[in-house]
Amino acid sequence: MDQIFQVNKLQKKYAGFELNIEKLSLIKGEIFCILGPSGAGKTTLLRLLNFIEKPDEGEVSFQSHQFNAQNYNPPLEVMREITTVFQRPALLKDNVWNNIIYPLKIRKQKINKEEILKIAEELGLTSLLKQNSNTLSGGEAQRVALARALVFKPKVLLLDEPTANLDPGNIKIIEHMVTKYTRDENPAVVWITHNHFQAKRVGHRICLIDGGLIVEVSDNNSFFNNPKQQKTKDFLSGEMHF
Amino acid sequence: MEGLAESLILLLTFDPYVYNIIGLSLRLSGIALVLSTLIGVPLGTILGLTNFRGKPIVTALLYTGMGFPPVVVGLFVFLLLSSVGPLGQLGWLFSVKAIIAAQTIIAFPLTAGFTMAAVMAVDKNLMKQLQTLGATKLQASWAAIKEARVGVFVSIIVGFGRILSEVGAVMLVGGNIEGKTRVLTTAIVLETRQGNFGVAIAFGIILMTITFLINLSMLYLQKKHLFEQN
Repeated sequence: MDQIFQVNKLQKKYAGFELNIEKLSLIKGEIFCILGPSGAGKTTLLRLLNFIEKPDEGEVSFQSHQFNAQNYNPPLEVMREITTVFQRPALLKDNVWNNIIYPLKIRKQKINKEEILKIAEELGLTSLLKQNSNTLSGGEAQRVALARALVFKPKVLLLDEPTANLDPGNIKIIEHMVTKYTRDENPAVVWITHNHFQAKRVGHRICLIDGGLIVEVSDNNSFFNNPKQQKTKDFLSGEMHF
Repeated sequence: MEGLAESLILLLTFDPYVYNIIGLSLRLSGIALVLSTLIGVPLGTILGLTNFRGKPIVTALLYTGMGFPPVVVGLFVFLLLSSVGPLGQLGWLFSVKAIIAAQTIIAFPLTAGFTMAAVMAVDKNLMKQLQTLGATKLQASWAAIKEARVGVFVSIIVGFGRILSEVGAVMLVGGNIEGKTRVLTTAIVLETRQGNFGVAIAFGIILMTITFLINLSMLYLQKKHLFEQN
């Protein structure tokens, strides 16, 4: 197993809430799904993993770099290996093409037109490339946000409920694209979802978080067919009280 | 009516006195515009995007600057540049440099204030997203300026309007010297006092035309922005 990210005793406190992640590893080529009720701490964990929020305690190692609560400012080259696709896509007031190539432009990377067109085609965006972002539907905008996140081939892809409120057609396209990207480029993917059917479809390992604590982490088959924790059983049967 | 006819003759015959003043006004205002934009837009962007200790004080000072009586700015610049003032050795008083300095000081708080408001209105989620896409602070700030481009452009135009219409401060620090520091606004004051209404009206027409064009461009931009949102 090729670990890329290790989290050790990570803690983040807010008024009335505390996230405590004792240990967590992200593995290359794996989709790690995080399930849990609203307010469980899923998004906070994702923000910590993307270094856009600082923990109060704990440490994280990413590749050969070590970061702790006192030193949680990774260099730009590390920041540029990780990205997040948020639930609500935020696009530039520009056309779809310019939105997609934005990460390449800021990295001063060569723009491989063929490669970008291929990603756009796979995400059903070919006919929208010249269209302004403010004319897109929610599903189209989310597909643009995903294309923008994939063009620079991040080593860690964080997805914060990217398919929430989308129609089945858009969900299918996004699930297919993330699965394909994981297989082809070998990144570590963290996918937050409320939908355990989706986690079952796409996740290699599944994690349940509740009240800021990890309840259970196991492979897809064990998690859904033989959960160890009562809370997991309750969650899967819909009996967990939120 | 006589004054109006005389003004049209002066304009249509390209009277050198009139056109020299128009040229000087546009040149000085243009330089002051560039300077106030170079100070105001980055300052407004920093204030709009960052939080730091003392930001409320800086913002309050900026708002004060936006509403500051220009003639007081003129007095302040005059005292700074006078022979006994701290910058007296520069020898700028009653020169175009003093006018540019006063116009810049008068205009940049407006440009910064309007830019700050425009940049603050940029979607916070977008700024967070740009950070996760690997943008540096400078790249994200530039993207924010581009996102708020209509507001930023309006802020520059507002600054230009203020520069062009300024009279009190320009009179104080420039001295209204013919061929040297006499600009449209100060020339209007002088020619009116001397009873040369034709010349004064000619200058007035030019000033109003420029102001009209500025407002027209603002309206166009606002309309374009409304169109973009729909």
